[in-house]
Amino acid sequence: MNTREEMLARMRRSQPAPVALPELPAFAQGGGAAAAGFDAFCEALQRMGGKIAPAPAGGDADAAVRALFPDAKVICSATPEVRGTRTLDPTQSPAALDDVDVGVVRAAFGVAETGSVLLTETELQVEALGFLAQHLVVLLDPAKVVATLHDAYRDPAFAQARYAILMTGPSATADIEGVLIHGAQGIRSLTLLPRAA
Amino acid sequence: MNKPIDHAEASSEFIAASDHIEFHDRRLWDLRTKRDRATAAIPEWEELRTLASQIKEHTLTHLADYLEQFERQAQANGATVHWARDAAEHNQIVHDIMAARGAKSLVKSKSMLTDECEMRPFLEQRGIEVIETDLGERIQQLDDEPPSHIVVPAVHKLRTDVAEVFARTLGTDPNNSDVHYLAESQRRTTRPSFLSADAGMTGANFAIAETGAVVVCTNEGNADLSVHLPRLYIASIGIEKIIPRTEHLGVFVRMLSRSALGSPITQMTSHFRVPRPGTEMHIVLVDNGRADRLAMADFWYSLKCIRCGACMNTCPVYRRSGGLSYGATYSGPIGAIIDPTYNLRKYSTLPFASTLNGSCTNVCPVRINIHDQLYKWRQVIAERNALPFVKKQAMKMGGKLLASPRLYRIAVEAAGAGVEYLPRIMMYSRANAWGKQREVPAAPAMTFRQWWLKNRGKP
Repeated sequence: MNTREEMLARMRRSQPAPVALPELPAFAQGGGAAAAGFDAFCEALQRMGGKIAPAPAGGDADAAVRALFPDAKVICSATPEVRGTRTLDPTQSPAALDDVDVGVVRAAFGVAETGSVLLTETELQVEALGFLAQHLVVLLDPAKVVATLHDAYRDPAFAQARYAILMTGPSATADIEGVLIHGAQGIRSLTLLPRAA
Repeated sequence: MNKPIDHAEASSEFIAASDHIEFHDRRLWDLRTKRDRATAAIPEWEELRTLASQIKEHTLTHLADYLEQFERQAQANGATVHWARDAAEHNQIVHDIMAARGAKSLVKSKSMLTDECEMRPFLEQRGIEVIETDLGERIQQLDDEPPSHIVVPAVHKLRTDVAEVFARTLGTDPNNSDVHYLAESQRRTTRPSFLSADAGMTGANFAIAETGAVVVCTNEGNADLSVHLPRLYIASIGIEKIIPRTEHLGVFVRMLSRSALGSPITQMTSHFRVPRPGTEMHIVLVDNGRADRLAMADFWYSLKCIRCGACMNTCPVYRRSGGLSYGATYSGPIGAIIDPTYNLRKYSTLPFASTLNGSCTNVCPVRINIHDQLYKWRQVIAERNALPFVKKQAMKMGGKLLASPRLYRIAVEAAGAGVEYLPRIMMYSRANAWGKQREVPAAPAMTFRQWWLKNRGKP
């Protein structure tokens, strides 16, 4: 018997009497909080260290990003709504994004319960953009907010995307004496830019 | 290797460093308090705990089927699935995958499983550079110490300790113990490794049978950097991490970080399903004693654990003894019930490192009956005659005393009188652990029985 078969056989011998799989209750089946509020989402995101920028005046997202980071040399955007200073090239090695000051991406949707945004390879184009950039600006349609994580996990992206992340504010650590630091290994800040899709 | 861990003796060194233990106690209690606030804000919290427990029990009682389903899905996604009976097989598989591709360096996020397998020294001895990228785990790697906590690996260290370790290993200023400076130093020195590593590795918080996805929860973003830059990704997964469907993640992800740190979710909750074009994804499914534990009628429930650390943060013994004193990969209450399944002789004192107050059970998000299991392990150890001589004799005496009202009365009266007149040396000597760090309260003027007879009536 090879390792795989031996392991499976041992598990089958060891498994206790079967326990039934519970049905998920209504709150986990889309029957949760009715109003998926953008305001609640913003509050939750701020508690997790995210920032909320005002909606861009005149709808110019590119100008809004430049205004947020006037000193940025390299702005690399994964959404056509923002030009930035460098075109994102998915054929390049992801390590080429090492010098990006600001990455820009449009999120698929937000989660009010936690302040998370969903990003997949469709939104990011190059996955590493969401981690190698020093700062990340996330565009989100205020109408695209679900109430809870249960609602979020009903999205087909989790079965279809190569990669999906619920990103909730910037990278953070409190590994030394519990002192909270934003900008652990990934992005140092996450700024949400509300903008209808 | 098989020498029994003396938890009480091992913790004495940590206890002696009074500023460390005071901070450790306070920091972990702070996490427990934050956990309480976060869970109180969820009206259905208790219902979620029950659901999580049932989902895990269902999966564990159908484990082989779900692992086969996971394997089929992962293969359909383009990943390669490997099976490892034990730590040695796991380490060999990881080494073989890397060696076959000429991979010489590995960036990895935190994984208790790879600590359990002692993978790092195995690979290092074979010429592979392994870089831990979680800040706490990196501190522990550079200090050549195992993690002392499953969520916050360096929680037993103060900033001055970290400054000393980084000065010695990363060349930072030994006199600068500013936490921002230290964290920034690690970020700056780790980043080149992300950019150049041949391979990346993560553990898994959950593996989804329905989709073949590997779910990793971190705050630092280091798991994503470990996966998205190298051309080779290896995920090491304990077989108990499997859950049936994506919808079940809603239950577990809502609970994990609230239980661990009191935040509603980790900053990064990442789902890796399909390798990006031109790269490889390998998944190693590891047993290492888990199937044997599944066969233990009283103890298989510990396999429900999602490694949140809430039981450690709440445990008065853990908070005041430090994780390293357990001498095992898994410390605290969960460690005390898991470790004996690996080696009963070596870890026979750990189930006694508890007051049986039951707080661990109450905070457990998957309703593991931790304190019941601690008590059951004590019975197993006593039956196998593995109790230390002093404890055995003391228990025998205690049993006789408590079985006889007359003997008990004599003993209580004598003890009350005795404490007053005993020379201090008898209460506060090495032979009497009770006298360390505490004073005997003043003995009351009369025993309860004497008071009752005097005030309430007839004998």
